[in-house]
Amino acid sequence: MKVRSPLLWPLAGFVALLLLNAVFNPAFLKITLLDGHLYGVPVDILVQGSRTMLVALGMTLVIATGGIDLSVGSVVAIAGAVCAVLLQDGHGLALTLVAAVGAGVLAGSANGLLVARLGVQPIVATLILMVAGRGVAQLLVDGQVIIIASAPFEFLANGFVLGLPLAPLLVAAAYVSAHLLLRRTALGLFVEAVGDNEQASRFAGLAAARIKTLAYVFCGACAGGAGILTAANIRAADAYRAGENMELDAIFAVVVGGTALTGGRFLILGTAIGALLIQTLTTTMYNLGVPPAVAPVPKALLIIGVALLQSERTTRWLRGLAGRKEAA
Amino acid sequence: MSELLELRGVGKRFPGVVALDDVDFTVRAGEIHALLGENGAGKSTLIKVLTGVYPADEGEFRLGGASIRPGSPRAAEELGISTVYQEVNLVPSLSVAENITLGRQPGRAGLLNWRAIRRRARAALARLELDCDVDAELGALSVAHQQMVAIARALDTRARLLILDEPTASLDEHEVAELFKIMRQLRADGLGIVFVTHFLDQVYAVTDRLTVLRNGARVGEFATAGLPRLELVGRMLGREVSAAEFAAQGAASPADHAAPPVLATHGLGRRGAVAPFDLSLRGGEVVGLGGLLGSGRTETARLLFGLDRADSGTISVHGAPCRIDSPREAVRLGLAFCSEDRKAEGLLPNLSVRENLLIAQQGRRGALRALTRAEQEQLCAHYIAALQIKTPDPETPVKNLSGGNQQKVLLARWLATQPAVIILDEPTRGIDVGAKQEIEQLIAGLRADGLAVLFISSEIDEVVRNCSRVLVLRERRLTGEIADGDLTADHLMHLMAGTHE
Repeated sequence: MKVRSPLLWPLAGFVALLLLNAVFNPAFLKITLLDGHLYGVPVDILVQGSRTMLVALGMTLVIATGGIDLSVGSVVAIAGAVCAVLLQDGHGLALTLVAAVGAGVLAGSANGLLVARLGVQPIVATLILMVAGRGVAQLLVDGQVIIIASAPFEFLANGFVLGLPLAPLLVAAAYVSAHLLLRRTALGLFVEAVGDNEQASRFAGLAAARIKTLAYVFCGACAGGAGILTAANIRAADAYRAGENMELDAIFAVVVGGTALTGGRFLILGTAIGALLIQTLTTTMYNLGVPPAVAPVPKALLIIGVALLQSERTTRWLRGLAGRKEAA
Repeated sequence: MSELLELRGVGKRFPGVVALDDVDFTVRAGEIHALLGENGAGKSTLIKVLTGVYPADEGEFRLGGASIRPGSPRAAEELGISTVYQEVNLVPSLSVAENITLGRQPGRAGLLNWRAIRRRARAALARLELDCDVDAELGALSVAHQQMVAIARALDTRARLLILDEPTASLDEHEVAELFKIMRQLRADGLGIVFVTHFLDQVYAVTDRLTVLRNGARVGEFATAGLPRLELVGRMLGREVSAAEFAAQGAASPADHAAPPVLATHGLGRRGAVAPFDLSLRGGEVVGLGGLLGSGRTETARLLFGLDRADSGTISVHGAPCRIDSPREAVRLGLAFCSEDRKAEGLLPNLSVRENLLIAQQGRRGALRALTRAEQEQLCAHYIAALQIKTPDPETPVKNLSGGNQQKVLLARWLATQPAVIILDEPTRGIDVGAKQEIEQLIAGLRADGLAVLFISSEIDEVVRNCSRVLVLRERRLTGEIADGDLTADHLMHLMAGTHE
């Protein structure tokens, strides 16, 4: 049997969606150079999708350990609030960024403690912070939407370097570093081992609890980074709306990208493609004028389709159908 | 006495396994009948077929002379066959009365008749002469009392046959005595009782007759009083006569007793798992840990490997006292443990043979000192060749290998850490004869390389064949040791059964 790359389906879906768009709207794939900057729908997809991509990167590792992190949306809001408050008080950019990511790390540590050390179910443990986190963010900004007037800060999300949008570059750098960190060391293997069979990993002498905690901490840090990009993108800290439903998009991206919710093998590149696929879908519907309230429906259909393709039972069924046809 | 239950020629197959093969089983009214056998003998399958959990593939079932074919546990209950399982499967948050009547509460039109519920529960408890508040929450009672409530519930359906599946596993001595009192009383009432247990003392204390199963087949039916304990153990374990040709090859060359022990314990124990024991392992010897199922063999291994925390005693490795409170610590100190439960505690099923093979060594090195790809491939090639692991490719997911090859991968995983001590818990379980022999040869090789091997197996011949010394556990207590010339299957069985002179 030929070994097929697990990236095949997400990639095929992504390409199909792009082609579909191109057919209905030939301008869709057009990229123009304006004032030395790249513009166009694909660039827009990259820029708008970068935040989900970053959150999904962290989510990939958590899901690979067999867990899930529902709190990332709230952590995005917290990190944004931290940025706004610190910048408003006149602190430097470097300190602000470190503090925002630090807030994410702190949140991830709390999740890790609950899940790995205290044995709380991941969905429950992170639900706590998902709910409470928005409150913390509100508390930080005192219930207001704080406008951020810092050009260098805004540049992070909306700036261009050498004609290329900065935010996707930063996220790509995060993906490359994560890949090196996971695959050049044995960390990636440990995460997959713990996700595949936690008890057996412990028997083999792995510090399973520590590995799981690290995954949540990393996920928190990614969400913190996404919080910075979100606040910079809208030039404001909106504790109420920032990162809303982002956990769902991130989980979708991971699953569409070929990492199973049951844990074990993970595919970072698949997650990136999954996130882009979802952003493309969102952009498509925006361009087609689908009302935002209806937009989740096609998204849900896509998820169902991918989930079915990944399910062993459906593939067996499809293969059975094909086999019968051949036999006939 | 009349035959209450008669099973003739019962067969049950699962994919790839014959779980029951032409089994006869008879229980009389007014007797306590023990159902015995080691793990995988078919006891639980027989009970599940009898209570309608699985359909039988073939066989004839008669209860009180009438042919029956229970299709579900509910149907079996209505026929008068009631079962109390090892784990109490009641609802802890409901009251005693609710638990006893659950699913068949008296009442009308969806309304419960609470007075009748309580009355019925009290009657059921009175039959067991059990003094217990029917309104108490079940979870607040001791495990023993919950067990009694489970029996009361079973009796509430006017059972004719009561099946007790290891009811004493979590009871202490006093509670067991209480349970036996109730069992005798029910016997006097004319009930047939099937009693599944691993404790031979209990078999002799309370049962009238017994049936022994082995490998899915009936070995025989005996009157308990007429069957010497030793013979019973022999029948449960089954002696492999054909293995004689390579007998004693492993038992040769006793280790150098002057060498300091690689691993030694003093008074190491854990309440409820295994009584404090002293043990010492030297390099270059294979020490057996003998005992029947439930005798505390695996518990001993778990203590040594830091999977359970000891509540007394000390461990020293190479003469230096140490604390082992996690497998990670144990691995760091040079211990290795191949668990008996390959699937739950050994394999990373979706990861490749290569990854399964190197995970323990990589864990010992830490995440940052990753083995290079070349090192990994060299390691794999070495062990795949040395252990003759049959795999199409090192990148094949380990779940696709046969049981014997999976076991070899796990052995290789530990050998790659170059341990000083390796604990093998049932390393040959569930693998075919050829692979079995290869693994035994491997063990001999490990001994020659100077490793200390602790070998756990329920197959007596295998223990005798491979070990130079055997420590015997009985009822969670280290009760004896046999070495060198005294190490024979008969002697070992005497010690395991507790009938030594």
